[in-house]
Formats: sequence, structure tokens, C-alpha cells
Amino acid sequence: MRAFDHLILLPILLPLLCGALLAPLTQGWHRLKFGLGYASVLGQLAAALALVRMTDGGYWQDGIGVYLAANWAAPFGIALVADRLAALMLLLTALLGLAALHFAMRRWGRIGVHFHTLFQFLLMGINGAFLTHDLFNLFVFFEVMLAASYGLVLHGYNAERLRASLQYIAVNLAASLLFLLGAAVIYAAAGTLNMADLAARIQAMPDPDLGLLRLGATALALAFLIKGAMWPLCFWLPTTYAAASPPVAAMMVLMTKVGTYAILRLALLWFPSGWGYDALLWGGMATIVFGAAGMLAADGAGRMAGYGAIVSSGTLLAVIGYGQPSLVAAGLFYLAGSTFAIAAFLLLAELIDRIRTPREAVLAVTMEAWAVEDKPEEPMGQGVPAAMATLALAFGACTLVIAGLPPLSGFVAKFSLFHALLGPDHVPAAGWVLMALVLVSGLVSVMALMRFGVRTFWATRAAPPALHLSEVLPVVFLLGLTAVMSAQASPILSYLGRASEGIHRPGDYVERVLRQAPVPGPQAGQVHDGGPP
Amino acid sequence: MEAVIALAIGIVFGAGIWLVLRPRTFQVLCGLMLMSYAVNLFIFVMGRLWVDRPPLTPAGKPVDPALLADPLPQALVLTAIVIGFATTALYLVVMIGARGLTGTDHVDGREPER
Repeated sequence: MRAFDHLILLPILLPLLCGALLAPLTQGWHRLKFGLGYASVLGQLAAALALVRMTDGGYWQDGIGVYLAANWAAPFGIALVADRLAALMLLLTALLGLAALHFAMRRWGRIGVHFHTLFQFLLMGINGAFLTHDLFNLFVFFEVMLAASYGLVLHGYNAERLRASLQYIAVNLAASLLFLLGAAVIYAAAGTLNMADLAARIQAMPDPDLGLLRLGATALALAFLIKGAMWPLCFWLPTTYAAASPPVAAMMVLMTKVGTYAILRLALLWFPSGWGYDALLWGGMATIVFGAAGMLAADGAGRMAGYGAIVSSGTLLAVIGYGQPSLVAAGLFYLAGSTFAIAAFLLLAELIDRIRTPREAVLAVTMEAWAVEDKPEEPMGQGVPAAMATLALAFGACTLVIAGLPPLSGFVAKFSLFHALLGPDHVPAAGWVLMALVLVSGLVSVMALMRFGVRTFWATRAAPPALHLSEVLPVVFLLGLTAVMSAQASPILSYLGRASEGIHRPGDYVERVLRQAPVPGPQAGQVHDGGPP
Repeated sequence: MEAVIALAIGIVFGAGIWLVLRPRTFQVLCGLMLMSYAVNLFIFVMGRLWVDRPPLTPAGKPVDPALLADPLPQALVLTAIVIGFATTALYLVVMIGARGLTGTDHVDGREPER
């Protein structure tokens, strides 16, 4: 065990401690609360960057870092595993968290007492779900993430949010029960909950047990697909996204990706031979159709972004189900770009709504209900010059990424998807269908977003809305990230290619996780001092 | 004994599903609770049904695994009960809030038109 191995624990420990520290502070300390929360997110960003370097820089053999929690050897204790994919997702989480928290600085972080605490716990749950290598521990981190998200969806408490969260909570409680059922059946069939140990046992499993295990895996997949929003399990999503406050909605874009991530990781680890992939492929394509139709029918910006997230989920699930390693790398690029763009769009949605209906009245009532003494200064028009033009340009950039037009990252993502699909000599029919659906969904999102943009920015005679720099900056930051992704596409894609190759070799995980030796205790004649294990 | 337990879990879970699909929030809550009871029992049973076998090893004696029950599902079910209890309590609070704010206990937040 080397000193830097402990870095794997940091993305879980840091938000946990920060959230606990913030919980007893009252609202009067909101500057301190914001500062501490911001520092914690910056720390997570640094940790994620370090993990990306360590997994990709040969610090660990095969790019897989294993951390044995409480020093129990792998199948018995809980193992945390950092590989290139997990490091990438941690980096995404930290970047998105930074933008959402910055957006919340001015107003959303100040209404409601425990926004910052819940935000840190949400980050802890998401980070933990990316890092853990134990099925039941994954359940616990999912629940941490969901419990925090229940509170956050309700943040800014009005009738619409209550109604949406009643349904959101009920759906997710039922999904959690499915998760438990699946985990229990898998344990009954295999006698272990460690993911790598399961992967090893599934390869050598006799037939009746394998059937039972597949039953469990199906229940588990249903739970993940409810979170990852595959049609027909995605009806909760647009309502919830539209109702949640913007910084929370931006984080929820990432929460759907947690479900997709779990599917990607477990499908490749447990069933590399391809069982169940067709269901993902066709389900994903149905999801694209549903999301595209929803985008055309949606009336508000929030719902439109929700359907955009469904299209992105559907594309990812179809990419996973297609079962071609080079396609997964392009899919991961698409995942990162579309997450940034949809999150930026959701942040933008609130600013756009100010053109249509001033929300100050609603906000005043909320703040009275929460007895917030220190009223945030009303954002002034001078905060950002040319507010209308800024909004319109940011909206245009979101459209470019979501629809996949050059020059931003959406185009590179879709181009590399097609490049990977057309790579083999013989392209199966499903490949052509997938390409057609991706193209058509891009066209549909251009139409839907253009119509919305024309109505909002051209056909109104409203006064420019009041914007503050702290609200525009996160949007510009997220869109800037997609521009960086587009400019640096080559190194990013080669990193993602290595990540994809890594997760397509389940044997490496079995080898590394199960062989990881615990740190010898003092009885073994050596006080552990960072020496070799 | 397996058949009796399986039937019991099935009936409780089925009742839970029926209640979850009802239009009043209190029914939904009761349904979720019944479903979580059934799931907790299910996890417990997944360690196989044993009579007279302790899950804990006696101290200081050599251990024969054949004489012991599987302790892991029992640990899992404890965690699941705690988490389920907390989230259900949270749902109850949201439900009361919705009742207060919308004036109805319908899950849509408004009475259906007749």
C-alpha cells in the first residue's frame, strides 16, 4: 500500500466530512457554508484529476487501483476500485458540481437551510457509486445519493415541486426495492456480492444457478434502468427535471448517468459473452424515439431538457447494447458532452424563464416561508452586458451540442459514433437503424430547440432579464468545456479508448481485486509505514 | 416451510403493489411499506431457512460452517431495514407537506374531475 492509494477514498470522504460539518451551521453563516462547500468541490476536482493521471499514467498495474476498506481481503470486505472509467466519471461529477454550486451562490444556496449539506451528500453518493466494487455497498451509495436528491428536489418548496417529488420518491423507492431483490437473488445464486468475485464465479457457474443469477441481474438492471431512464421506465424524468430548481436539475442529469454507468460496468464485467445486450440495444433505440417525440411536444425549457436527457440515455444504452468496444469509447465521449450541454441548458432554462415570467414574486414568498433574514441582493441588469444576446448565444451553443452540429463536442461525438459503427466490414441491420435514429434525433432536436429559440428570443418584446455574472459564468464554463472537448478530441478519445479497452477485459479486474493483499498488521513483524505490502 | 414463507412474501408484496397503484398518498405509502417488508423477508430467506443454527461463531472454539446459519443476509437485512425506514419516514413528511400545500391527498395534487 502506497501513500497515494488513499486518494481513492478522498472523493467519498471529503464531501461526507464537509456535509457533516455544514449541517449544524445556521443560515446566518451562508457565506462560510458556501465557501466550505466550494472548497470541498475543488478538492474533489483535484482528487479526480489526480486519479485520472494515476490510472492512466501507469501508477497502478493495468490502470486499476484497488483500495480495501477496513483492510479486509477482497471477497469478504468492501473493495473500492478506481480505473480510467471511474476516474473519468469522478471528473465529470466534480466539474458539474462546481458549475451547479457556483450557480447556486446568489440565490438557490440561500433559500432553505440545508442546501449545501444535501449537495455534499449528493456528491458523496454519486462518487461512492462510481468507486465501489461491492453490490450491496453500491445500494447504500445509491440510497445516499437518492436521499439527498429527495431533499434537493424539494428545495425551494412549492406545490409543483411537492407534486413532482411525491412521484419521484415513490418511483425511486420502488426501484430501490427492485435493487434489493436483485442483490438478494444474486447472493443466493452465487454466494458473494463482490463484483469481481461474482464475475469469476459466473464464468464457471452450472446451469440452474446461472438462471437464478440472470433473474437477479434482470431485477438489478430494471432498478438501474429506472434511474438511467430507459423507455418505458422514464416517465418520471421530464416532470422532475422541470420542477427541480436549476442547480439540482443540473446535478440530476448526472444521476441518470450513474444508472447507465452501473449497467455498462456490470454488463461488461459479468456477461462479456453478450447475454441481455439485445434488450439494451432495442430498448435504447425505443428510448431515442420516445425522447425525440417528447422534445417536439414539450412546451417549457425544463421539459425539453428532460427529453433531451432521455435521448442521450437512449443513445448510451443502445451503444452499450451494440457490444463493440470501439463504440463504447465514442459513447463515453458523447456521455460527457451531452451531460455538460443538458446541464447547461437546465441552468439556462431558469434565466430564460425570466424573460417570460418574472419569478421574483414567487421567490419572495419562498424566502418568507423559510424566514431568511439576509435577503440576497436583487440581481441587476448591469451584472452582465447585453443580457439578451448572452442568453441567446448560450442557448445556441447548447443547441449545437445537443443536436450534434459542428464545431462543439456533440459533432465530434456523433462523428466518432458513426466512425465506430461503420468500422467493421459488415455492418448489421441494427447498426444502420441506430445510425438513422441518432441522425433523426439530432434533426428533431434542432427543430424543437430552434422553434423554442425563435419564440423566446425573436418573437418577444420583453425587457432584457436581470442576470448576474455568477449565474452566467457556470453556463459559459460548461459550454466552454464542450468546446475544449472538441478542440482536444484526439487525446480525450484516446484516453476513452484505453478506458473502454480496460472495462472490456473483466479478467484484469478479477485478477487485481481478488489478489490485492491487505496491509500486514503489526503482528506480521512490520508496522505499516507506507512500505510495500 | 419454504412454500409457506414464499406464499407469505408473495401475498404481502402483491398487496403492496396493489396499494401503490391506488390514487391516495396514504395508500401509496402503506403499499411501499408492505413491499419493503416483503423484500426484507425475501433477503432474509435468501440465506436459506435454518432451524437452531446461530449466525455467530462461538469464541475460542474451532468453527464448523455446517452448523452455522449464513450471517450475511442478516446483516444486509438490517441495513435494508434502516434505509427503508428512513426513506419511508421522509416520504411521509413529503406527503404531509403535499396535503397541507395542495389541500388534497390525491397523488396528482388535485382531485380528479368527475
